[in-house]
Amino acid sequence: MSVFGWLNDQLLRMTWLNDLVGQGVAATGLDPATRLGGSVQFFVYDVVKIFILLSVLIFVISYVQSHFPPERTRAMLGGRSGLGANTLAALLGTLTPFCSCSSIPLFIGFTAAGLPLAVTFSFLISSPLVDLASVILLASIFSWPVALAYVVVGLVVAIIGGTLIGRLGMEDQVAGFVRTVPVTGEAATMTQGERLGYARDQVAEIVHRVWPYVLIGVGIGAMIHNWVPGDVIGALLGQDKWWSVPVAVLVGIPMYADIFGTLPIAEALVGKGVGLGTVLAFMMAVTALSLPSLIMLKRVVKIPLLITFTGVVTVGILSIGLIFNAITKWFI
Amino acid sequence: MIIKILGSGCKKCIALGENAKAAAAAAGRQAEIVKVTDFAEIASYGVMSTPGLVVDGKVVSTGKVLTAQEIGKFL
Repeated sequence: MSVFGWLNDQLLRMTWLNDLVGQGVAATGLDPATRLGGSVQFFVYDVVKIFILLSVLIFVISYVQSHFPPERTRAMLGGRSGLGANTLAALLGTLTPFCSCSSIPLFIGFTAAGLPLAVTFSFLISSPLVDLASVILLASIFSWPVALAYVVVGLVVAIIGGTLIGRLGMEDQVAGFVRTVPVTGEAATMTQGERLGYARDQVAEIVHRVWPYVLIGVGIGAMIHNWVPGDVIGALLGQDKWWSVPVAVLVGIPMYADIFGTLPIAEALVGKGVGLGTVLAFMMAVTALSLPSLIMLKRVVKIPLLITFTGVVTVGILSIGLIFNAITKWFI
Repeated sequence: MIIKILGSGCKKCIALGENAKAAAAAAGRQAEIVKVTDFAEIASYGVMSTPGLVVDGKVVSTGKVLTAQEIGKFL
């Protein structure tokens, strides 16, 4: 095995942890080869692994993100349009710190500064969809090619989605007050110590916010992993079933969960033979579209634009799911 | 003095409001704490990351839950 492969197994997949937990489970008298023992092992291993990775990743990523406050992103995007601007917006979307409760002020700030809707929407689609921490978790659970493919297709959906929305000429579909707000606000400069402090605070805050989702997600994953027969899931969501991707997207859209909670479910489903495309489509639907965020967005855009946004993103995710299912054999 | 908390009412905004109250009490200042949840008004301060903290009409912090001690410096 190559050094890189070994590092990947030990640091990201944490195979040592799985072995350790397996021994721990066996020491309590439960056989990890049994259903119950296997479920316990999967649950403990996955929970510990996700929290370790989450803490380290969020620290590093928040440090990087502290260099890209929204004010700076807006300045970088100012005066640009066209495909290049959409691509830049999608890329910056992954780097700008994002919280769903900030998406509306951010939308207003971008639009008021005269950024085209196409660019703003590319940013708004990519920001929750291609989250740096989730990408590394994907690499941990599946593999680097899967993670990289996820980033690429996520960016493509954001770029094409934004471009389409721009082409439809819906600039008048924004609530009137948005364009009248003044464009002020300078990005605050941070010292090295403030950046590290910010990164530490982000870890505390995100772990505090997502831990219930992670526990529920891993719990469901452990159930699927050891208790639900593979042929039942295969019959419902198997790769040869054309409806598997649409079903995954329809179930995922109204759900409001954290991507860290959906990953363990995704992992267990893929283990049962569900197509990678189906699982990725589910995760994207959960993170990119959710009822609470759509309801918030409705306060600043008019209904036709809201429907267009939802439609464009849904079609994008469906296409990704179908394409991934068709090419799964390249990855697994 | 008037302290405004800008934010849609998420957990962070509530936490910031409480810290602001504590900061004012610690500094022995009479402060009125106003929660601004209207997006139009939040945007009018040019704030793009919530929660934002406004002391007497001036934006002093955005996107952060400051501790009472940190807020104290702005009072």
